[in-house]
Amino acid sequence: MNWVGRRLPRSEDPPLLRGEGRYVPDIAIGARVVRFLRSPVASGRITALRPPAEMPPGCLFVTGADLAEVQPIKPGLRRFNYRAVEQPVLPIERVHFVGQAIAAIVAPGAALAEDLLEACELDIAAEDPVIGFDAALAPDAALVHPIAPGNVAVEGELRPEAFAETLASAAHMVEFAFRSGRQSAMPLEGRGGVAEYDRATGRIRLSASAQMPHQLRTGIAQLLGMPEADLQVIAPDVGGGFGQKMALFPEYPVLVWLARKHRGRFAWVEDRNENLIASAHSRDQRHVLRAGFDAEGRLLALEADILADVGAFSVFPTTCAVEPLMALAEYPGPYKVPAYAVRTRGVLTHTCPMAPYRGVSRPVITFGIERVMDRAAAALGLAPDEIRRRNLHDVFPARSATGMVLDEASYIQALDEAVHILDIPAFRARQAAARAQGRYLGLGLSVFNERTGYGTPAFAARSMDVVPGYEVVDIAMLPSGEVEARIGSSPHGQGLRTTLSQIIADRLGLDPGHIRIIHGDTDRTPYGWGSFASRSLVIGGGACQVAADKLADKLRRGAARLLQCEPSDVTLRDGNAVAGAASMPIAELARLAHQRSELLSDAIGFNLAETGQYDPGGTFSNACHAAIVEVEAETGHVRVERYLVVEDAGRIINPMIADGQVQGGVAQGIANALFEEVIYAPDGTPLTGTLADYTPPTCAEIPEIEIHHLETISDATITGAKGLGEGGSIGAPAAIANAISDALSPFGVDVAEFPATPPRIRALVRGRAPRA
Amino acid sequence: MKPASFAHHAPLTLEEALALLARHGEEARVLAGGQSLVPTMAFRMARPAVLVDINRIAALDHVTVEGSVLRIGALARHARFETPAVAGPLGALLARVAHHIAHPPLRLRGTFCGSLAHADPASEWCATALALEARMVLARADGLREVAAEDWFQGVFSTAMAPGEMLREVVLPLPAPAWRGGFAEFARRAGDFALAMAVVGLRLEGGVVRGARIALGGIGGQPVLAREAMALLESQPPSPALLEEAAATAARHCDPQEDLHAPAEYRRELVAVMVKRALRQAVSA
Ligand SMILES: Cc1cc2nc3c(=O)[nH]c(=O)nc-3n(C[C@H](O)[C@H](O)[C@H](O)COP(=O)(O)OP(=O)(O)OC[C@H]3O[C@@H](n4cnc5c(N)ncnc54)[C@H](O)[C@@H]3O)c2cc1C
Repeated sequence: MNWVGRRLPRSEDPPLLRGEGRYVPDIAIGARVVRFLRSPVASGRITALRPPAEMPPGCLFVTGADLAEVQPIKPGLRRFNYRAVEQPVLPIERVHFVGQAIAAIVAPGAALAEDLLEACELDIAAEDPVIGFDAALAPDAALVHPIAPGNVAVEGELRPEAFAETLASAAHMVEFAFRSGRQSAMPLEGRGGVAEYDRATGRIRLSASAQMPHQLRTGIAQLLGMPEADLQVIAPDVGGGFGQKMALFPEYPVLVWLARKHRGRFAWVEDRNENLIASAHSRDQRHVLRAGFDAEGRLLALEADILADVGAFSVFPTTCAVEPLMALAEYPGPYKVPAYAVRTRGVLTHTCPMAPYRGVSRPVITFGIERVMDRAAAALGLAPDEIRRRNLHDVFPARSATGMVLDEASYIQALDEAVHILDIPAFRARQAAARAQGRYLGLGLSVFNERTGYGTPAFAARSMDVVPGYEVVDIAMLPSGEVEARIGSSPHGQGLRTTLSQIIADRLGLDPGHIRIIHGDTDRTPYGWGSFASRSLVIGGGACQVAADKLADKLRRGAARLLQCEPSDVTLRDGNAVAGAASMPIAELARLAHQRSELLSDAIGFNLAETGQYDPGGTFSNACHAAIVEVEAETGHVRVERYLVVEDAGRIINPMIADGQVQGGVAQGIANALFEEVIYAPDGTPLTGTLADYTPPTCAEIPEIEIHHLETISDATITGAKGLGEGGSIGAPAAIANAISDALSPFGVDVAEFPATPPRIRALVRGRAPRA
Repeated sequence: MKPASFAHHAPLTLEEALALLARHGEEARVLAGGQSLVPTMAFRMARPAVLVDINRIAALDHVTVEGSVLRIGALARHARFETPAVAGPLGALLARVAHHIAHPPLRLRGTFCGSLAHADPASEWCATALALEARMVLARADGLREVAAEDWFQGVFSTAMAPGEMLREVVLPLPAPAWRGGFAEFARRAGDFALAMAVVGLRLEGGVVRGARIALGGIGGQPVLAREAMALLESQPPSPALLEEAAATAARHCDPQEDLHAPAEYRRELVAVMVKRALRQAVSA
């Protein structure tokens, strides 16, 4: 029986659907309530900070002065052009963005905590903040941090010799300047944590809505100068993260500090306003592209100038370089780009810090390069699919312009499949008929690759102080025959318990129901990195496979002893160890291994435990997205009529879960393209602090998403699986932008700004008459 | 536990409720569906010391035709109008409008009268009340008074209601047989407050338009009548060109405001489109 490849229902779902999940707020019940006093000012000096005049018993007021022993958060990057901006856990002198936590109030109950928060005395001598690229990069701009001249926190540049000549020699030049609006990852559950002192052991247990529990533990222990062994971090059920919950936010060390100092249980559960203004943002970027094509539409040279607003600080552990450097490394995407020059800068402003968000910079760079392809196609009289076909890599392994190895993939096949399904000639006829009635339909393509499942070599190349990558899995069979696999990854909605159990079940000849995946608890799992960067199924899954294979070996050796045959004669299937006509239940073998060890210990020792490790170099999944939209010219409204994804993520372990990942990602990508934008007033006040103003789409705005899978098995991973967690959000903005641009082509305009809101679309077409 | 502390009273009779409002004056607020009041309390933008919760007063839960009017009691929820509350084009118009208010769970709680009392500039019921010449029946401990829709709205979130008063019901005159209505709005997402809306009522008599009323909402401040456009339509046959011209006139004369979601100029364009659509709907009904 093969479990891999089946649409096995998620074992995670029944308790979640019954409302029996255990999230941080469930654990917080009964704890003392912590609320943070946050800066109402973007930039300024704190001149007064005092607790409420009356502090009822059981209440506390904590400021940066109380935390004098606590180290600032200082994410590191070993690059000469990186400025190691430090973030005090609670600031004493200055504030750097609206929403920055300045002090904590503790009260026995939430209502009192809110009242006390209002009664705190805070005075800040406000200064003019630096908001936006133009202000930050102006020659006389104030500095957000003195250590970062010009407000540039990190910079990268590549420029091959004779690049300018190559670009100048191109038959056609496309220039494209565009802007991507700032987005919030909007996990349904915000951040929050409960820190609890254990009087018996003196240890602290922090339950936090986090994606990287082991990193949170290491990071907090370092900041507080406490033994790491005295801190246990648990990520219980986590209601989404999308990258936002990778960061070590200042609120968590404050909770642990409180629990240690006051030997109690302290809980902070943020509200939506805090999540929207004070967690982390992303995708606030401005790019200028120049692309030279030959007369046949082949890209000869690409030049990119990239600006990424990184906010006021650098987040630990990924640093503020994650967006600008990923954009630099991956711009060429799936295309052959003979000459590539790029300059990228991470720009500091007095705004909420940037953290990774599903796709990181790739939704932005895919938008850029895919729009360039369409513009070039229009200039050269080529169909959008044809110009892509001429430029996509088709011989593997290929090497990207920045030296990355592109493993076996299906760039052209995915495009062809999408084009075939779409029936483009029929669409063009429908589009023409609609135009005759003043209705504007458009079709947009987006072809991209997604670097996934990359281990330490890839991260080490970024020169981070903290280099993520590998995963370790401890697997053990219990005397009952059930299997426990302890993983360092930390799922928060991805269904890893289900998919990993499918992988392990196949290796051990067991039913997935007999496999328990243990995660999200630093006391019970091996050191590992967590879930992000489309890595957990590839790397955690690979480590599971390695561990399960070692365990299977052990089981075969044990069975061979008992069945009196060679280990190579034994197969594990359907719960039995089988050798020819002889067989025995694996559960019986497990019982004997533990309780009658004298029978087989010389073959297998005294346990059925193994460790698997995996650290792959990385693999590229790929996809072609296509959107059909209708744009209402008189209001600027965009309706997504059809959305198609042809996705190749190698071997699909569970197609239902894979589809869910794609659907969720596409929804967030459509949000990026049409709906969501974090907006700051010129004085640095966030204007989008509620869901009335920050406007994620609902199910009414997101269409059905059609998904087709191709399965190119490359040798880059041992399971044959590639990651697919981010692809949906990477591909969707470009597909939508290209579809809108196609729809509006009679007006001679295209989309160069996200989100393409109705007023922005009106601004494009206003005063222009459509060409027939 | 976000709001500032408050006292909560849930009287069973209107008299008790009015007595509480009289006693607490400006300190007190009526709690109806809570769909606007509770969020503003959670942000501590509203901090009433006393809430007079009217949800248990059964006598306020009515939508009834009485003679030539439709009476809408203070506990009539938005959802009550999703299926026609009264036969003919009025019920049809109210049903069309109701579907644009927020989302189904909200519509089960929020009330028609609460919307009028709250007077959000983008409230569908407020623009509707203005277009349909509604009258507000205000009760207080020592009496009753009525206010016409045109005198009701006094700017953003403010009305002619005085402390100690409660909006007991809203009265809509039943329209003449030749009457028909139209409604159009533009919102970014299903259920959002509209960036612009138009509610239209008119009579088609002998091939010409009579007594047209066009109310604009969502453009800022308070709902307003597009008087110039209304005048333009009077006694004219409703040709497509005339409707376009009326729509352009309404847009030209309105005073839309700018906010995060829409620049004023864009809102003006939307007004033209929404008025055009609402008029087309009315004349083709
Ligand atoms: C997410 C969301 C989306 C929404 N979208 C829309 C929308 O698209 N269109 C729209 O029109 N509305 C929308 N609303 C508001 C909703 O319709 C409210 O229900 C309505 O505005 C107020 O009605 P209520 O009964 O809930 O009043 P409450 O919230 O109980 O009260 C609102 C105010 O009116 C006063 N009040 C209420 N009833 C009376 C009375 N009988 N006498 C005197 N004072 C009274 C209260 O004291 C309070 O000041 C939305 C609300 C939310 C939360």
